[in-house]
Amino acid sequence: MLKRDNHTEFLILAVVTSLLMLVPLLNAIGPAEGFLSVSAFQVSLYGKYLTYAVLAMSLNLLWGYTGLLCLCQSLFFALGAYMMGMYLMLMIGERGAYQSVLPDFMVFLGYQELPLHWKPFYSFWFAAGAVLWVPGLLALIFGFLAFRSRIKGVYFSILTQALTYAACLMFFRNDFTFGGNNGFTDFKDILGCDLNADATNRGLFTATVTLLVLTYLSTTFLLKSKFGKIQQAIRDSENRVRFSGYSTTSYKLAIFVFSAMLAGAAGALYVPQVGGVNPSAMEAAKSLEVVVWVAVGGRGTKWGPIIGAVLVNFLKSFTTQAFPDYWLIIMGGLFVVVVLFFPDGVTGLYRDAKAALNKRRAAASPESA
Amino acid sequence: MSDPNAPLYRDTSLILSASGVTKSFDGFKAIDDLNFYLEEGELRTVIGPNGAGKSTFMDILTGRTRPDKGTVVLHEKDGHDRDLTKLREFEINRLGLGRKFQTPSIYKSHTVYDNLVLSLDHPRGILAALCYRESPADRDRIMGVLQTIRLQDRLQALAGSLSHGQKQWLEIGMLLVQNPRILLIDEPAAGMSDEETERTGELLLSLEKKHSLIVIEHDMEFIRQIARKVTVLHQGHVLKDGSFEHVKNDPRVIEVYLGRQGKQNTTNPLSEK
Repeated sequence: MLKRDNHTEFLILAVVTSLLMLVPLLNAIGPAEGFLSVSAFQVSLYGKYLTYAVLAMSLNLLWGYTGLLCLCQSLFFALGAYMMGMYLMLMIGERGAYQSVLPDFMVFLGYQELPLHWKPFYSFWFAAGAVLWVPGLLALIFGFLAFRSRIKGVYFSILTQALTYAACLMFFRNDFTFGGNNGFTDFKDILGCDLNADATNRGLFTATVTLLVLTYLSTTFLLKSKFGKIQQAIRDSENRVRFSGYSTTSYKLAIFVFSAMLAGAAGALYVPQVGGVNPSAMEAAKSLEVVVWVAVGGRGTKWGPIIGAVLVNFLKSFTTQAFPDYWLIIMGGLFVVVVLFFPDGVTGLYRDAKAALNKRRAAASPESA
Repeated sequence: MSDPNAPLYRDTSLILSASGVTKSFDGFKAIDDLNFYLEEGELRTVIGPNGAGKSTFMDILTGRTRPDKGTVVLHEKDGHDRDLTKLREFEINRLGLGRKFQTPSIYKSHTVYDNLVLSLDHPRGILAALCYRESPADRDRIMGVLQTIRLQDRLQALAGSLSHGQKQWLEIGMLLVQNPRILLIDEPAAGMSDEETERTGELLLSLEKKHSLIVIEHDMEFIRQIARKVTVLHQGHVLKDGSFEHVKNDPRVIEVYLGRQGKQNTTNPLSEK
């Protein structure tokens, strides 16, 4: 029985992955117009949605499975974006507005040479590593202090939000060497590939799908392992776990760091596809948006955050064009409705519908027999 | 032959000694110079009116609260003594102290079986948890405990769907698979039906000798069923020690339980209904 469930699950994953891969495929060889045409803009847009999906999955690991409502996921995401952004800024070289080897904003601010901590970011691989370890390290330090002091529940949420806000203010400052409120933009190329070329977009999209699949598989592995069960046990009764000989601090810390790294990786793929990053990416409201995605999709389920992130962002793209002033109100309303009437989100609706159908079928079968 | 530095209790049958334990909260002495000694394999019942310090004492034994003064020493089988006041909860648990909470605390979204798997006394590190594979020996042990707590038919049920009494048993089962040396059990019969209470009593009695037990209880009927040696706590220290018969007829104990209104009341509150 368990085996068969596994097969179905991997079948669904394979089908979803293939469908997603149709996007770059149709962009490359599909028709230029009509229903099956996929523009370069759409490839980047859908790619962005998928990085959001990974971000939502990273929050789900904390909120859905460990019971930690973390409001600094957008900070980890933005840190990943900034780390990759530093590399992309340096790759502009002398093609910037001021034709200097320094990034434009540094020339503007009167820098004579590159600050020391920028220098390693000429290497793509250093940047790719920093995308993981910078958010990871921040999560390690902050998590250690918070979990050791047994800060939990709403206090943990408030503290993570405060951390995000503090970081956001810092990144807004010009002298923090990260471009102030303009952040990074005008990227030219990544690993020698032109960022405006369709092929690069398709490559980035494929990389995002890969990250999504890896995240899904690692979540599956975690949930099946005893580690994942302990994670959920912490959500249900942390005291019991502690009095069963587990150091819940280390377990929470491990999952917090892992989740921060996932968010960082998603951010790194976000920045080249969107073409820039600025401190508004780590505004407190952004973290709350991630919470809405997860809640709409269904918290504590494997597909919920993916569905929620994609669904809400489609809605956002549509609404911000059709009724630009009402998006925040609509999102807030959506959240309230979901919390009040569909606490398990879209996946919960599907599950209930399936259960109701089975019930009806079971009720109908004795008559038909 | 004897080592002059050896602890005094090396050759005694004690498993736990708490001496001179004091703990105050904002000036209120919840525990006041408490001395408590537990023998290996003993079943001890701790009673006392509300606010006598029973739960605080449990918290101190399990590392949840640090005492202001005094020592709590666990005597290990190899003769080593461990000062529990310096250890954290999970470290104390790994030394063999299992605690059952007053309200059942179980993992409601896991199956009964998984609840027990997570409680096994295997290495509790993160890597060990990631690599854990269930062995036939683990399975046998869990099935054995399921039989003891009479939940063998519900092993795949979600723990959250169990009745209150079954949850209480499951939590006791979660302690048993840890194979603890000492079980601390806080009001196991609370909220149980008469039949469930009696079965719980039988269960606890069957654990005597194999484990040492400290049971906190209010229900006098239940205490009469399980009581061997009873310790009465009052205002943070031990008022009386001894057999249930002996304790329940002690005038000071009656006084403490009756309080002021009781003086007009002629029935002994410690006698069974």
